[in-house]
Amino acid sequence: MDVLDLSRWQFGITTVYHFLFVPLTIGLSVLVAGFQTAWHRTGDAAYLRMTKFWGRLFLINFAMGVVTGIVQEFQFGMNWSAYSRFVGDVFGAPLAMEGLMAFFLESTFLGLWIFGWDKLPKRVHLATIWLAAIGTNISAYFILAANSWMQHPVGYRLNPTTGRAELTDIWAVLTNSTTLAAFPHVIFGAFVTAGAFVIGVSAWQLARKRETDLFRKSARAALVVTLAASAGVALSGHWQAQIMTQQQPMKMAAAEALWEDETSAGFSIFAVGDVENGRNHINIQIPYGLSLLSTNTLDGKVEGINDIQARYEKTYGPGDYRPVVGLAYWSFRLMIGFGALAGLLALAGLWLTRRGRLPAGPWFYRAAVFGIGLPFLANTLGWIFTEMGRQPWTVFGMMRTAAAVSPGSDVGEVATTLVGFTVVYAVLAVIEVRLLLKFIRKGPEPQDAVHEDGPALPALSY
Amino acid sequence: MELTTVWFLLIAVLWTGYFVLEGFDFGVGVLLPVLGRDEAERGTLVRAIGPVWDGNEVWLLVAGGATFAAFPEWYATLFSGFYLPLFLILLALIVRGVALEYRSKSDSTRGWDRAFFWGSLGPAFLWGVAFANIVRGVPLDAAHEYTGGLLTLLNPYALLGGLATLALFTLHGAVFTALKTTGELRDRARTAARWTGLSALVLGGAFLLVTQFMTGTPGTWVSVAAAAAGIAGALVATLRGRDGWAFAANAAAIVAVTVTLFGGLWPDVMPALDPANSLTVHNAASTPYTLGVMTWVAAIFTPVVLAYQAWTYWVFRRRLTVTR
Repeated sequence: MDVLDLSRWQFGITTVYHFLFVPLTIGLSVLVAGFQTAWHRTGDAAYLRMTKFWGRLFLINFAMGVVTGIVQEFQFGMNWSAYSRFVGDVFGAPLAMEGLMAFFLESTFLGLWIFGWDKLPKRVHLATIWLAAIGTNISAYFILAANSWMQHPVGYRLNPTTGRAELTDIWAVLTNSTTLAAFPHVIFGAFVTAGAFVIGVSAWQLARKRETDLFRKSARAALVVTLAASAGVALSGHWQAQIMTQQQPMKMAAAEALWEDETSAGFSIFAVGDVENGRNHINIQIPYGLSLLSTNTLDGKVEGINDIQARYEKTYGPGDYRPVVGLAYWSFRLMIGFGALAGLLALAGLWLTRRGRLPAGPWFYRAAVFGIGLPFLANTLGWIFTEMGRQPWTVFGMMRTAAAVSPGSDVGEVATTLVGFTVVYAVLAVIEVRLLLKFIRKGPEPQDAVHEDGPALPALSY
Repeated sequence: MELTTVWFLLIAVLWTGYFVLEGFDFGVGVLLPVLGRDEAERGTLVRAIGPVWDGNEVWLLVAGGATFAAFPEWYATLFSGFYLPLFLILLALIVRGVALEYRSKSDSTRGWDRAFFWGSLGPAFLWGVAFANIVRGVPLDAAHEYTGGLLTLLNPYALLGGLATLALFTLHGAVFTALKTTGELRDRARTAARWTGLSALVLGGAFLLVTQFMTGTPGTWVSVAAAAAGIAGALVATLRGRDGWAFAANAAAIVAVTVTLFGGLWPDVMPALDPANSLTVHNAASTPYTLGVMTWVAAIFTPVVLAYQAWTYWVFRRRLTVTR
């Protein structure tokens, strides 16, 4: 492995790991704020206990998102200094805005929320969790604006003297069509993640007949959120795919293992391909599916890998412009599959819990507990698809990944940090999961331990 | 004023904010084994910084992000060049953050307290090493890539800088603890403030004098004197039992130290041993358009952030009592 490979593995590992916590933070912050609002409105103590129970799990998760996020802010400079010099003028702006507008908001108001139960008026205290939740969502917007610029650069010019990208229109960067589609997709995905988490944990408790009222309330709220958000994920994903077909046709073609330009292209369900010769051995398709999805017409033309490769060679010079087709194909399919399963689970759960019912047998509860993993898999595969599908580019059409790496780093240094981060992250993952399990098993605080204005519960304090 | 100057100042302000704020929570971590004799006391110390440490740390993230946006070359050279020290700082901040959030939720706090201690001591020392090297200058090639190794960064001047920030932040933690606690904990913190104050005066004084003779301007003599006066003031106020004044004086000392460092740096942002390769506010900066956009963003949101962070400190202004 050379510096480039090690740096890519490091970015992949640290970013995928960071994004295990981020969606749960985004979704759960809003759910917890919702429960606290319900308590505020109704005065029903069950909602207060829900706020504290789910709030504690939220905080355990949030801490991991925060500390792994620090690495994200600095590793562009550490491992990708050539990239940082090339794009800093454009890419740095959304990052700095994220810090100033979002990170300060979420961390400051979350501190106030955790420690402010007995220090702030009820209404003000409720506002603090909402502001923290808003902060996490704003944060997602800016980082997606930065990422979308790498997928589809807009609002810049290439300075011929320095050879660098320069910002010419910040508004174009912040309203990039790629961002506008990616943001709802990621946010809906975050709500599915948090929803499936609340459903799974509640199911575990309900199967043991513990706190049935509280966990039925939690589960019902989460089921509605998950189902609605799943529909949102599907719709925004469809929108994103149409944009991608125009902006990054190679990524879409790889996702479909479509080798030649085709009209009336089918949507592939299962394919075994031959990358060397640019064709498929087996390809089971839904006729017209891909043309319909990509162009809204049955006979629309969709570009294929071999033809795009030939066109790119003319535009960008000799080179291999194909991503790893098998990876793009399967990550795209499995993302959709796992996401759809999460949506179906929510649909089944809503039916089984209709009008005060609870599922009788153990099957739904078991499925719901396993269902916690589905959105995490879908999120991870989605990012692997969108980043690996862009290769060999780091900034589409402008800078190749191979040219982006820090020229000064040596293998020993990058290997050290790769191993260091991976080991520490692995240890922390074990600790985090054990801590989550401990507090899930422990369940909500007993009714009489929860005071409205009394000192914060030990578990929510320090 | 040129926008590059504005952004040089803003980044200096962000680092100053970071050192003044996270400085005291680093100090609390360093002093944890000394001040906290039992679990109740250690819990109180952690609770004293609990509501604010994460907000304090965001100053670092924004300093990083602002450097990326305003001086991409500085960001790229600094973080790829100071690779391993930065890696250690990141690891330290990771385990420290997790320790602060998880210690009360875990069955045993011992391991977390150790992580909090080392995770505070490491960055408190390494930021001094990093800034001393920035001010002193490092080997850069014509493409502004760092050409030295790890050992280049561990020179005597930089190590002195590390000890100086470590002493200064530890003192800051001591005066903060004295201000935020009562009884025995407060008494112990005031004792700690005395010996850390003397170390800060000696180590910080030596570091600043060397810095002054190396890169100083007539103007930075003022900030060097102010830093010394601030530390001495913190000591005197501690002896007189004026905790608030002690904290304010030491905060002023940290501001003065940062002013000295950035004052010595200007107009470079990252001087090279061969001056022809130095990064300056001009050749490291983004375009005027980007700087203009970011100036608007900063002008609108910085006062808002300052207001709500100040309000947080007001909400949690009371002293904490150890409850057993």
